Amino acid sequence: MRVHAQRAGALLGGLAFPAWSFADWTLNLTPGVTSTSNEIYSLHMIILWICVAIGIVVFGVMFWSIFAHRKSQGHKPANFHENTLVEILWTVIPFIILVVMAIPATATLVDMYDTDESEVDIKVTGYQWKWQYEYINEDFGYFSNLSTPRAQINNQQKKGENYLLEVDNPLVIPVGKKVRFLLTANDVIHSWWVPEFGVKKDAIPGFINETWTRVDKPGIYRGQCTELCGKDHGFMPVVVKAVPEEEYTMWVAEQKEAAAKERELTQKEWTLEELMERGETAYQTACAACHQADGSGMPPAFPALKGSQMVLEDIAGHIDIVVNGKSGTAMQAFGNQLSEVDLAAVITYERNAWGNNTGDMVTPKEIFDYKNEQ
Amino acid sequence: MSAVADTHAQEHHHGPAKGISRWLLTTNHKDIGTMYLVFSFAMFLLGGTMAMVIRAELFQPGLQIVNPEFFNQMTTMHGLIMVFGAVMPAFVGLANWMLPLMIGAPDMALPRMNNWSFWLLPCAFLILVSTLFMEGGAPNFGWTFYAPLSTTYGPPSTTFFIFAVHIMGISSIMGAINVIATILNLRAPGMTLMKMPLFVWTWLITAFLLIAVMPVLAGVVTMMLMDINFGTSFFDASGGGDPVLFQHVFWFFGHPEVYIMILPAFGAVSHIIPAFSRKPLFGYASMVYAVGAIALLSFVVWAHHMFTVGIPIAGQLFFMYATMLIAVPTGVKVFNWVATMFRGALSFEAPMLFAVAFVILFTIGGFSGLMLAIAPADFQYHDTYFVVAHFHYVLVPGAIFGIFASAYFWLPKWTGHMYDETLAKTHFWLSFVGMNLAFFPMHFLGLAGMPRRIPDYALQFADFNMVSSVGAFMFGATQLLFLLIVVKCVRGGKKASAKPWDGAEGLEWTVPSPAPYHTFATPPEVK
Ligand code: HEM
Ligand SMILES: [Cu+2]
Repeated sequence: MRVHAQRAGALLGGLAFPAWSFADWTLNLTPGVTSTSNEIYSLHMIILWICVAIGIVVFGVMFWSIFAHRKSQGHKPANFHENTLVEILWTVIPFIILVVMAIPATATLVDMYDTDESEVDIKVTGYQWKWQYEYINEDFGYFSNLSTPRAQINNQQKKGENYLLEVDNPLVIPVGKKVRFLLTANDVIHSWWVPEFGVKKDAIPGFINETWTRVDKPGIYRGQCTELCGKDHGFMPVVVKAVPEEEYTMWVAEQKEAAAKERELTQKEWTLEELMERGETAYQTACAACHQADGSGMPPAFPALKGSQMVLEDIAGHIDIVVNGKSGTAMQAFGNQLSEVDLAAVITYERNAWGNNTGDMVTPKEIFDYKNEQ
Repeated sequence: MSAVADTHAQEHHHGPAKGISRWLLTTNHKDIGTMYLVFSFAMFLLGGTMAMVIRAELFQPGLQIVNPEFFNQMTTMHGLIMVFGAVMPAFVGLANWMLPLMIGAPDMALPRMNNWSFWLLPCAFLILVSTLFMEGGAPNFGWTFYAPLSTTYGPPSTTFFIFAVHIMGISSIMGAINVIATILNLRAPGMTLMKMPLFVWTWLITAFLLIAVMPVLAGVVTMMLMDINFGTSFFDASGGGDPVLFQHVFWFFGHPEVYIMILPAFGAVSHIIPAFSRKPLFGYASMVYAVGAIALLSFVVWAHHMFTVGIPIAGQLFFMYATMLIAVPTGVKVFNWVATMFRGALSFEAPMLFAVAFVILFTIGGFSGLMLAIAPADFQYHDTYFVVAHFHYVLVPGAIFGIFASAYFWLPKWTGHMYDETLAKTHFWLSFVGMNLAFFPMHFLGLAGMPRRIPDYALQFADFNMVSSVGAFMFGATQLLFLLIVVKCVRGGKKASAKPWDGAEGLEWTVPSPAPYHTFATPPEVK
């Protein structure tokens, strides 16, 4: 017996790795910055340690047998094959452990489901492949797109620090307030996740899901879409900026003003050059993911716009498909995603870029009228 | 029945037919078993190749080798091929070979249907794999094919995918009926239910699971078919349908399905561990009850895959408790295996190595399953690499190691030769190291926040992804060694006796090795 014990000790010693620095190798879940995420973290640690403890006992017995009860060492097999007491014990004890575990888990879950008495309400809509944030009580909203340049993704440029986790317009929320999210989707199912908040909820077309958070520490928090939603599923991050309350109020005021300005722009007289310039930017964010920056598309799923018959000839059809989309395909209705100005600019751009030199110009007013007629 | 039995009696003194017709027309359980196993291994290599493409793309951040559309096709096809093409047919192959030998039956109860259920499979997979070459590409919506990504937004090849699923479903259901008919009707006199070997028990229960849930899978793909081609809106919210309904129906099939992929392995390991511990299985009765309990519970836990879809809290709690409960019978099985080894006389030939690794690593997968069962924590784990780590731990060292253990255990019976033990041990150790290198770091990646099914990732995930890819390449390459070992063993090697393992028990060891083309023409007597 003694010899066995010594050998087992040596074996364990050998298994324990020399001190190893895991500086850049994150191993564990983040505790996060909200009460929810902290509660989840402690549940995670409790269940992890329970598993470790059970593992030590079970694998301990097993390794002991592997080590000490070998045929090659002349060990003679025993012949027992049941023991009612032991069998009852190892059914009942795990059951009790699980009951004990279920209690805090239930409490946390109840808390996560309590979306009452929120102070800020934000509607989050998943699109292929971007997020829309609408501030329900403030009457403005915007889209949030990946801002990592394609050149970095295609390895032509050095990757930045927040590679794939950066957006043009982050969601902005005030610290210390209960923020309620209402989630839905426009096309397929997406899922909105910020690990540091402990918030993950599916955004499902035709459903509105609710969840909430309260962040106490200002900062920038990053997450990703976690439900496979098509080809750019890996390229629609979530970025949330939590700011102090005064800053938030100011920011909201600015956004409202900008929204009003945008509406005014519809009335302005636009030249072809101005529309082309604006159209190119809008095209890159809204259209290029499918139709490609050079308009060549990826047939058959995503048709080419360069040289397309609809783009070259059928203006009415062109406006219709951009504003209303085409059901049953990935072509979305951009009518309520883009402003009139951007819709006009993008259509004008498509009709004049990449050698599609039709000379046609579609103005924001035309779009405005077109939408009103519908 | 009598017609079949008559032709059999006449053929009795002949060996197998010659040439291709032997394989096309055979009704012999051993031939059909062999074909299932060969088919399964071919699919394992094909699905494995796709995994290599996935891991090569994920070796480094950035897009290097494939574009995101193709990446999604690879993850989807990898999952479908491994589940329906590699794991399930392998177990049916083992059932074909071993069930009649274990219960003392001359063949499967329904031999012609047996032939048909096999030959449907290559047809189904021909259709499935051909979608890769179709316009718009193969299915790209994940092996779970959630609507509406797979309906309104699916590629044109989706209809072919649905057809393939229907065909493999029919094949599985027929296989399951055959298993049940065989076990319930053809047991040797004296073999009562509670004397049946555990592999027979686990397969009996698995077959009932298959008959219960494969029609549900057929139903869900038929609803998709209608949505895509006939203008219905089962899953299309804009037509009044419900995308979440899809997930309920799919997982009502899907969760029992994961047990379909593991229960036969439980059975096989319950033979191998006692054989190499030279000691009877501990707790035979509780093993049987545990499998029964797992199978029943597996029907009421499906929504643990859907904790984030927004089901009401009462539902959330029910599915959390039910899922935690399933850990109890699972634990009982593990404890029983360990107790079987305890104070035995252990030796570690390849089947035992794979079986012991099965117990250890499957248990690790069970631990992460228990963690995933905690609904609030699952909000953090869900759809990250933590889940990928979980199900690869239960499926690779679970199902696949179970299959390897069985293959080495029964190869002498099948071929009449011993396999090369040194090569087999090399196969084990390389697989063991490769598999852990590939999948253990995925726990860390998931906890650090890496979502699953993405072709490119943020920089903080780079290190572990590289380790994981290296492990995956190692595991993948090692499997060619298995092919070599089996080919070598078929062609020659040390002669195997009727019972090559001194601790093994069961009727299969009473017939000579290799098992003659026809066995148990007269049933043996079981005391
Ligand atoms: C102790 C027993 C187990 C428990 C408590 C358990 C629990 C879970 C839970 C809660 C999930 C959902 C995770 C998520 O998506 O967030 C899951 C996923 C999964 N489990 Fe298990 N599991 C167990 C055993 C098994 C076994 C034995 C298998 C198969 C042999 C298995 C295969 C899978 C698969 C394939 C998935 C992922 C499916 C997907 O989303 O693609 N699990 N498990
Ligand atoms: Cu499950």
